[in-house]
Amino acid sequence: MVCLGLSSGPDLLTVFIGGRLQLSAGIAVCVTASDRLFQQKVVRHMVEIARIHIRDAGRSKSRSLSGQRWALIGGSALAIYGITRRSSLGVALAASGGAIALLGSTQKQRSRPASAWTSLLVNCSPLEAYRFWRDFENLPRFMNRLHAVTVLDDRHSRWIALGPMGRPIRWDAEITDERENESIAWRSLPGSDVLVDGRVEFRETPAGRGTLISARLEFRRAPGMSRAMAKFLNKGAHFAMRQDLRRLEALMETGEIPTTEGQPHGPRDVITAFMRFADPTRPIRPDSRLKDVFEGRRGIA
Amino acid sequence: MKAVCYMGVEKMTVETVPDPTILNPRDAVVKITSTCICGSDLHLYNGLIPTMEQGDIMGHEFMGEVVEVGPAIKPDRLKVGDRVVVPFTIACGNCFFCKRQLWSCCNNSNPNYWIAEEMMGYSPSGLFGYTHMMGGYAGGQAQYARVPFADVGPLKVPEGIPDEKLVFLSDIYPTGYFGAVNADIEPGDTVAVWGCGPVAQFSIRSAFMLGAERVIAIDRFDYRLRMAEEGGAEIINYEEVDDVVQTLKDMTGNIGPDRCIDAVGMEAHDCGLMYMIDRAKQMARIETDRPIALRQAIQACRKGGTVSVPGVYAGFDDKIPMGAFMNKGLAMKAGQTHMMRFMKPLLDKVESGEIDPSFVISHRVPIDRAPEMYKIFRDKQENCTKVVLDPWAAGAMAA
Ligand SMILES: NC(=O)c1ccc[n+]([C@@H]2O[C@H](COP(=O)([O-])OP(=O)(O)OC[C@H]3O[C@@H](n4cnc5c(N)ncnc54)[C@H](O)[C@@H]3O)[C@@H](O)[C@H]2O)c1
Ligand SMILES: [Zn+2]
Ligand SMILES: [Zn+2]
Repeated sequence: MVCLGLSSGPDLLTVFIGGRLQLSAGIAVCVTASDRLFQQKVVRHMVEIARIHIRDAGRSKSRSLSGQRWALIGGSALAIYGITRRSSLGVALAASGGAIALLGSTQKQRSRPASAWTSLLVNCSPLEAYRFWRDFENLPRFMNRLHAVTVLDDRHSRWIALGPMGRPIRWDAEITDERENESIAWRSLPGSDVLVDGRVEFRETPAGRGTLISARLEFRRAPGMSRAMAKFLNKGAHFAMRQDLRRLEALMETGEIPTTEGQPHGPRDVITAFMRFADPTRPIRPDSRLKDVFEGRRGIA
Repeated sequence: MKAVCYMGVEKMTVETVPDPTILNPRDAVVKITSTCICGSDLHLYNGLIPTMEQGDIMGHEFMGEVVEVGPAIKPDRLKVGDRVVVPFTIACGNCFFCKRQLWSCCNNSNPNYWIAEEMMGYSPSGLFGYTHMMGGYAGGQAQYARVPFADVGPLKVPEGIPDEKLVFLSDIYPTGYFGAVNADIEPGDTVAVWGCGPVAQFSIRSAFMLGAERVIAIDRFDYRLRMAEEGGAEIINYEEVDDVVQTLKDMTGNIGPDRCIDAVGMEAHDCGLMYMIDRAKQMARIETDRPIALRQAIQACRKGGTVSVPGVYAGFDDKIPMGAFMNKGLAMKAGQTHMMRFMKPLLDKVESGEIDPSFVISHRVPIDRAPEMYKIFRDKQENCTKVVLDPWAAGAMAA
């Protein structure tokens, strides 16, 4: 499936609506639609969902795919194969594949504490990286889910992240341990919406390769946190962290974050416009321009 | 402005779209004076590289005049009014890879790097007008283009040399050269080049520049083979011989060409059964590429030789003769061209008159005719080798 490589964008859709809704809608559309391009788009989208599931499965502790995931992946594969046949047999295959995928995806999932760690090589000195990070108010510049951080005093800061549908998640953090130019650790204080533990280290690498930044973040469900919120934090935590660190790299090395947002394009079809909108690399801000999706068929997205 | 847009497989149209603007501090906007259609664009036209979207602006081979620069661009690097050739790879100039001259592997220029990572492990640099996987940047088959990291990529070129001698510095001339550089040519070597398209034509000439004794060019179109001959190559029309590999053996004292350059890429054509199988698989999306030239290059290469692959491959290829590759002790090099490594030295060769790259041009047309030119170029009609588009020609006025 990954080999098909027909991936595109919408991770957030999965977060909001859940893969199963989309899969069923997608299959329905594919089987009934006559327009080939449109079908391709939808197939692409379904592959994307399957891909996310594979990715999640691959990173789960057990390192094995659960039965439900197999059903989802296998079913989707069958559906996609069926759709590419474009015959009545194909339709049948697609339908049965879809059914299997649906069955697979409707089973309940447990929610685990979200934790993520990764490391990134950046062409700068540990000092520069440390200084940039230590000013927590810089973090929202590259962490997409963070809306704002206000530094209260030398050890304390107030954080606001954006949750599902742009709802704010707030916590106050305290620095628990720090070594200048080497590491910073912080955690949330009681009364926060979410329990956060974070740690970042900066290490010089040999032969002028730059600074190795290692980061670890853990989110735990605070008492009273809604299920939707916990699920949101769980979803793609590792992916989001890597995205954030890559943006940090771009900022440190080039002074800007690469983007194509706002560039011109020709007429988009509705699906494409929607997929662009739902692109997971985009911040989920309450002010995201919905109008681009519905009326921006021509112009700037 | 006018722009050539991808509207679906085999469907390009010229649309009126908003003018590009500066989006990042190190951007520039270039008013395009010449732009081309590339063999790489044909892979998109044929729908073979995933993550194109309806409405994407095509094109990655262009030059023009700087009309706007972002606030972070220093005037000694680039300023309004400069005449520039824009390389098709976008590079930041300060990451691990740029620092090592691996410009087309820049870590910071592809905002959608994570899509490419799913397929390739790691992502190459952003490219103009070449799928969302490669950054989704609006391309240069248009009247204007936004150029990111404009203080790194664009090469300033002198007035007084016509566009058509310079515009190929944006891709195919350095790419052909890179193909030859990657072949590690040593004096006395025989170099076999698969394909006689524009990229191959430059590889042929570059191979001689780098010391090759003989170059053998392989294609099936007579007019392209003739152009290769004019560049000093011996030729094989693969439709007229039984077996290309055997013919190469016969021509090289049964030792084989020392260096093999695959300048064909993922859409190779052939006559045999294998071709039909590859084509079917490609259509069913089971295999992304048809690596016919690559297979032949590995088979034909002499023991201990080098296979260089400037031809573009997108995904997962079947029946690559790994046994031959391993047991013969071959080396292989490939890549999108590290443009900034080659543009200046190759400009010098144009200025000194050592080469006039405009020899590959077969069609000069207004941008409005781009859609039909895609088809003509793809089907190699009208002896088409290279199409240069004029975005401002009469009948192509700004709308
Ligand atoms: N690496 C890079 O940075 C880079 C840059 C530009 C282009 N490219 C790639 O280089 C390749 C060639 O580009 P082009 O503009 O010359 O394209 P083109 O389509 O004009 O040329 C391809 C040529 O290969 C010939 N060919 C097809 N099958 C063959 C076979 N089995 N044996 C021998 N010849 C065969 C065709 O007849 C044609 O003449 C493309 O794959 C393109 O994507 C790579
Ligand atoms: Zn090109
Ligand atoms: Zn770079």
